[in-house]
Amino acid sequence: MKKTYKIDVDCANCANKMEQAAKNTAGVADATVNFMALKMNVEFEEGVDVKAVMAEVLANCKKVEDDCEIFL
Amino acid sequence: MNKKQKKVLMRIIAAAAMMVVLLLLPLEEKSIFRFLLFLIPYFTIGYDILLKAFKGIRNKQVFDENFLMAVATIGAMALGEYTEGVAVMLFYQIGELFQSYAIGKSRRNISALMDIRPDFANVMIDGSLTQVDPDEVEVGSEIIVQPGEKIPIDGVVLDGTSTLDTAALTGESVPRSVKPADEVISGCINMSGVLKIRTTKEFGESTASKILDLVENASSKKSKPENFISKFARVYTPVVCYSAVALALLPPVVSLLIGIDANWSQWVYRALTFLVISCPCALVISIPLTFFAGIGGASKAGVLVKGSNYLDMLSKAKIAVMDKTGTLTEGVFKVTKIVPVNVTKEELLEKTAIAEVYSNHPISKSLKEAYGKPINTGSVADVEEISGHGVKAVIGGITVNVGNEKLMEKIGVTAQSVREPGTVIHVAFNGNYAGYILISDELKPTSKAAISAMKHAGILNTVMLTGDSAQVAEIVAGDLGLDKVYAELLPADKVTKVEELLATKKEKEQLIFVGDGINDAPVLSRADIGIAMGALGSDAAIEAADVVLMDDDPMKIAKAINIAKKCMRIVYENIYFAIGIKIACLILGAIGLANMWLAIFADVGVMVIAVLNAIRALRVHNV
Repeated sequence: MKKTYKIDVDCANCANKMEQAAKNTAGVADATVNFMALKMNVEFEEGVDVKAVMAEVLANCKKVEDDCEIFL
Repeated sequence: MNKKQKKVLMRIIAAAAMMVVLLLLPLEEKSIFRFLLFLIPYFTIGYDILLKAFKGIRNKQVFDENFLMAVATIGAMALGEYTEGVAVMLFYQIGELFQSYAIGKSRRNISALMDIRPDFANVMIDGSLTQVDPDEVEVGSEIIVQPGEKIPIDGVVLDGTSTLDTAALTGESVPRSVKPADEVISGCINMSGVLKIRTTKEFGESTASKILDLVENASSKKSKPENFISKFARVYTPVVCYSAVALALLPPVVSLLIGIDANWSQWVYRALTFLVISCPCALVISIPLTFFAGIGGASKAGVLVKGSNYLDMLSKAKIAVMDKTGTLTEGVFKVTKIVPVNVTKEELLEKTAIAEVYSNHPISKSLKEAYGKPINTGSVADVEEISGHGVKAVIGGITVNVGNEKLMEKIGVTAQSVREPGTVIHVAFNGNYAGYILISDELKPTSKAAISAMKHAGILNTVMLTGDSAQVAEIVAGDLGLDKVYAELLPADKVTKVEELLATKKEKEQLIFVGDGINDAPVLSRADIGIAMGALGSDAAIEAADVVLMDDDPMKIAKAINIAKKCMRIVYENIYFAIGIKIACLILGAIGLANMWLAIFADVGVMVIAVLNAIRALRVHNV
């Protein structure tokens, strides 16, 4: 399953870091962050709890870039 | 500027002013008092960076730019280089502010370019016109579009005539006129009359929404340069940081070992210079920004590119395979030539059209259309279809035979032999040859120019595929100056031909296939880059293609390639420029020729230039 989230982040490199952090989160099959459109596309693994995974993604993103937001 | 940016701007101005004052004051070099005074502008401008750096360390994110800036500036302050310490922080903030301003601006610019999102739909509710959210309008509702408003949802005109401005969708400024029963698509601006429209789609499924969706999600398919840059950024910063540590430690230690002065402060200063250069921001921002601007500019020109990887591939297109009907030709049959023999042109066309009055064949339709006047069926009698041959009718006492060569043979009339592309309709009046009418699928007016523009844009091999007869195909190919033509192909053969052509190309060359998207979806997806043209309103084509040309002008193919080339040129300029300057400054810094001021230029200056350069990709007017 794929979902798109609106995000807020200030710098392009931070967006790359968020992408990496999201990719490394358990339950996420793949993730891309589009800095210019301020969007994050997340592809989830089969049968995961999307809400829980996204909470984890947000926490991981906050770890790499404190000043970021994902609008869940 | 938003609130956040304004606040940063105020801090920059305040810190800069304080610094100027401090520099003018006659203070003793390296005194504690001077140090404390310089701390005021330093914290004014840098407190958030220091805070973020601290949080970064707590989260084990050592190599983030805040940390680097914090270490570099604290280091500079510790070495007594107060001016440089504050200046690095100051310029770093200026750079960040500029970057966020430039990006915000180009975000807005590009969304303004794609300003096709309709905000409301007018619906008749209880006899009064009410503005509602287009999302709430159901399929089959009646909506009213006033002059000056955007058509919010795809539909069919029920009432009213008007002209539509399609520029936002197609990049074409020629208005399109519409009348009842015409289909209209969302995103067009109604220019003159009030239109009553019955919607045929939901808002979300309408053209405007689909296009916006496509453009906004375009950059999720990342191109090679983008992937390269994110990998590079991940490696670059740690490498430079470790080099900085090495630079700070190794030379002094070696100096100590061989018994000369270690000169710690000089080497530490050089190492700090490294840290200032180590931020990969210029690269990381300029590449996606260039692609974003390129995709935005292309949409403005009526070329929708579904991902930045396709811009990359388009710029390397070497083989262009095109479908004939609907791509290079109009795809509609028209009377293109009337050759009368012993009668007038008008008489020939009139009698032929009347004889065909009861037929619904596309060819009969085009004859009637060419005639253009209503036909009085009272004047025609004894209409007889001769299957596979044509038609016979008696019009005003004259027996008219209309059909192919076989028909002429059958009634004993010698027909002229015609060798021209299209369908030839021979006509005989009372058993005497009266001439022929040629009906063909006309070439688009720009097709020939489009082929030469494509060659100019670097296409080495232009190929046409068609289901038509070889004779017709050869003539068209000759007229247009195409390199190769494959005729009499079934749809499945087209895929095979494209696969054959794919096998002949070199690895880095790309093959594009251009079709009208109606029945060539398999070929569109098989080619390296599938381009659907005239796709306005055709969901299937938008779905199957990688690049969508909003109108059906073949000139747009070369335009798309040129836009892609310009975009890629800027991408590589930025990569080489930014990496080049940074490496040059690193070397100069290591041997002591570059001070921190130059390092700031390498970081902030390069970023500013790269961003400005990236925005050039938005301008696609003259490419």
